[in-house]
Amino acid sequence: MIENAYDEMQLPDGTPRSHYRRYGTWLHSQAPDRLARRRAEADSRFHRVGITFAIHGENEGAERLIPFDIVPRILPATEWRMLEEGLRQRVRALNAFLNDVYHGQEILRAGRIPAELILCNAQYRPEMQGIEVPGRIYAHIAGIDVVRAGDGDFHVLEDNLRVPSGVSYMLENRKMMMRLFPELFARHSIAPVEHYPDVLLENLRSVAPVGVTDPTVVLLTAGAHNSAYFEHAFLAQQMGVELVEGLDLFVRDDAVYMRTTRGPVRVDVIYRRIDDDFLDPLAFRPDSMLGVPGLLSAYRAGRVTVANAIGTGIADDKSIYPYVPDMIEFYFGEKPLLANVETYVLRRPDDLAYTLAHLDELVVKEVHGAGGYGMLIGPAASRAQLDAFRARIIADPPGYIAQPTLALSTCPTFVANGLAPRHIDLRPYVLSGRETTIVPGGLTRVALVAGSLVVNSSQGGGTKDTWVLEN
Amino acid sequence: MLARTADHLYWMSRFIERAESLARTLDAHYRHSLLPHAPEVVARDWRATLEALGVYELYLERHSEVSPASAFQFLAFDRDHAGSIVACLRQARENARAVRGTITSEMWETLNSTWLEVRGYEAANADHDIGDFLEWVRYRSHLSRGVTLGTMLRDEAFRFVRIGTFLEGADATARMLLARARPGFVPVDEAAGPDAYTWTLLLRSLSAFEVYRKVYRDAVTPWRVTELLVLRDDLPRSLSRCADEVYENLRAVANDQSAETERRAGQFYSAFHFGRLEQLLAPGLGAFLEGILERVADLGVRIAQDFLVPPSPN
Repeated sequence: MIENAYDEMQLPDGTPRSHYRRYGTWLHSQAPDRLARRRAEADSRFHRVGITFAIHGENEGAERLIPFDIVPRILPATEWRMLEEGLRQRVRALNAFLNDVYHGQEILRAGRIPAELILCNAQYRPEMQGIEVPGRIYAHIAGIDVVRAGDGDFHVLEDNLRVPSGVSYMLENRKMMMRLFPELFARHSIAPVEHYPDVLLENLRSVAPVGVTDPTVVLLTAGAHNSAYFEHAFLAQQMGVELVEGLDLFVRDDAVYMRTTRGPVRVDVIYRRIDDDFLDPLAFRPDSMLGVPGLLSAYRAGRVTVANAIGTGIADDKSIYPYVPDMIEFYFGEKPLLANVETYVLRRPDDLAYTLAHLDELVVKEVHGAGGYGMLIGPAASRAQLDAFRARIIADPPGYIAQPTLALSTCPTFVANGLAPRHIDLRPYVLSGRETTIVPGGLTRVALVAGSLVVNSSQGGGTKDTWVLEN
Repeated sequence: MLARTADHLYWMSRFIERAESLARTLDAHYRHSLLPHAPEVVARDWRATLEALGVYELYLERHSEVSPASAFQFLAFDRDHAGSIVACLRQARENARAVRGTITSEMWETLNSTWLEVRGYEAANADHDIGDFLEWVRYRSHLSRGVTLGTMLRDEAFRFVRIGTFLEGADATARMLLARARPGFVPVDEAAGPDAYTWTLLLRSLSAFEVYRKVYRDAVTPWRVTELLVLRDDLPRSLSRCADEVYENLRAVANDQSAETERRAGQFYSAFHFGRLEQLLAPGLGAFLEGILERVADLGVRIAQDFLVPPSPN
């Protein structure tokens, strides 16, 4: 796989690409033991600061570091501009789609997306039908996973519109790099990312319910045992808003309040980091201890904004993904600036037949899966795994999509015996409110195992600082 | 501020203070153990400490007899005993983690590294020097206090941290004195025979020996030690000082339902501020201190009701 992958740093002849030239010179001038010391320093600092996450299925309270690699992923300004335009267009279309699905459903009536794909989807929330949300924005915070394939072009691999995470690592990685290698920042002109919390707060305030002039924003977390708790606490602190749990909030007369030491205080915007299912035990899962009884009713009455909106999962479902280019054309009459990865939709008989015949070459994903769980990577699978997955697909073809195994681009990464190429992706964060803002870069995730294409932190992936060079 | 946040801050600081107080208590024993003693005297002193801490029964469920090694293990390293130093440091850290966005990052990092480092002491349990460990706990507590005072905004959150610190401080000082108060004991104002050294150790473990010399310029007597630890409101860990701080910080966060709690805190403080030691100790030192512990517990319950888990207004 690695042979035909695009190397972010080097040209095929081994010389550095122009945007890596200065970094390459610096890297070769560094004594190996200095770099080793810096790597150790990064680890101990991340531990002390408690930048950790919990892994599903491990002992409760077990905290792990996400491995951090000190070689940055660098993007030249021209590439970033192109990427940024594509992301804006895509997220605009996804928001237009959500507004349409929960109002007139014109795209369904026009036959551009099969209606049953939406209406029979567990991610479709009929409770949202006809609700007016401020600015018609549903996905206020979107994390769009982008990969660069062998030809050097960017493709969108996945849209994350529910509770995308990871942005705290983008910020902490930058802080760490500036601390470890200040000289690099003097030598390069690197677009800053530190203002992300300000932009996020401004974005959340801009979508407050109509008539609220000085909105109170809170961040709703599932609590200290949630895998992304560090990020929740970090963002709340950086924005200067309260970090609340469900029990801290209550609803009275369709308004949301938080319990404080001085009595109830009205809440206008909830940046929620828990899934739809757990938001309101009266409306969704009745056994949820994490939510706020009556929240949906307050939301429907327009007395509080929930970000991201309830029901955004219908737009990032893998069964809907193949139709995002159609959305762009349908709503704006534009050509997509960022391509999808070629996708076989297994509810279509031709695609199913092709997939079953080429299973060992393809990546197959459950349409409702996430986080790198429930997928098959054909070329890396054993005969038994292929057979087992084949049986699952045949039992429920609409439950799967398939894609060619992409040679994700690689970036040099420190591993046990020195620098080696490892596959990476990129998750930029797109903020939509009164304006659309993208902080340059995003989170670069790296698959640390040689040859592996799975970059998810829950599956042993690491992260890198991402630099967008300014010209 | 969120009631839950106040709750975590309050308990965070109580557990930091409790870990330090335990280290001070154990330190007094440790120093004492360096002197020649009959084994029954050593066992009696440990028993008095375990009783004063209210954990003697719990201790007996796990250990057949009172020995310095097992008592030390129980109070310092027993993770299954929620009142051990290690358990307190863990709970301080867990509470801090729940409000890491409210406290400063320096505070969080201090408490988190304390927890990461104590695990090293645990791993080396048998080998390390007891005195070294106790000193480390005290230094970490100094560091926590310093980083709190040095970095935290003087807002409501800070007030709840202070309330927790000083309520726990009052509790700890009362218990350390209680361990010296055998039934019916009334402190006298003369150097106390063979027991004299234990009063000096008590002062040392409360960092109050040099203060005592400065204030009294005279021999150590039980009466004066009691006076210093109860009434001197310029001594940081005295009951009077702690009660004063609890009252003052409570008034700063007063809400609609806290009037009665404030009144009781004020009464508690007044007892030291306007009381005379003769009167206070009339029922005996032990009975006086038991009364103090009850009032501290009452204030703890009332603070929780008024501020930390306010009843739902629905």
